Amino acid sequence: MGVDLIFKIAAIGILVAVLNQVLIRSGREEQAMMTTLAGIVVVLMMVAKEIANLFDTVKTMFQF
Amino acid sequence: MEILQIVGIGIVATILIAVLKTQRPEISLQVSILTGVVIFLLVASKLSAIISILDSYSKKVNIDTVYLATLLKIIGIAYIAEFGAEVCKDAGEGAIASKIELAGKVVIVALAVPIITSLLELIIKIMP
Repeated sequence: MGVDLIFKIAAIGILVAVLNQVLIRSGREEQAMMTTLAGIVVVLMMVAKEIANLFDTVKTMFQF
Repeated sequence: MEILQIVGIGIVATILIAVLKTQRPEISLQVSILTGVVIFLLVASKLSAIISILDSYSKKVNIDTVYLATLLKIIGIAYIAEFGAEVCKDAGEGAIASKIELAGKVVIVALAVPIITSLLELIIKIMP
């Protein structure tokens, strides 16, 4: 279920890192910063969803 | 078997984190959090089976369900607090990790108070 999510997020991370370098080399520092922030927001949304899933599982399992 | 899959996921995720660590440390932290979540969800089905067995035994021996429910809640709180504290320690935030652990302990003691009072009453009843 979540295993492919790990690889998806790692791929996004690598993509953002490469894009960042390319943009910095071509002189557009602010756009590099924007893509970094965008990458972080996308990854954070996915991770937050999985954490919410974890909390629901624990809540149902331990009868909170 | 399950364990092979889990160890495989752990090692691959560690390698990916090593790749991402230098460039984007924040995304590598999120990959480590996600790996923890995925591994727990893989084990969750076995854990809930064990808990249901525990429930059935306690009903057979007709232990009061309040005690077992509180025990399970305490275990859940301990696990979540430890999960959060370890993530913060990984990120290098030792102070936040210790605050989370402190909060976990306080919540657990608050939950355990009714059991302690019932135990003390029992002891007082037994005393001549």
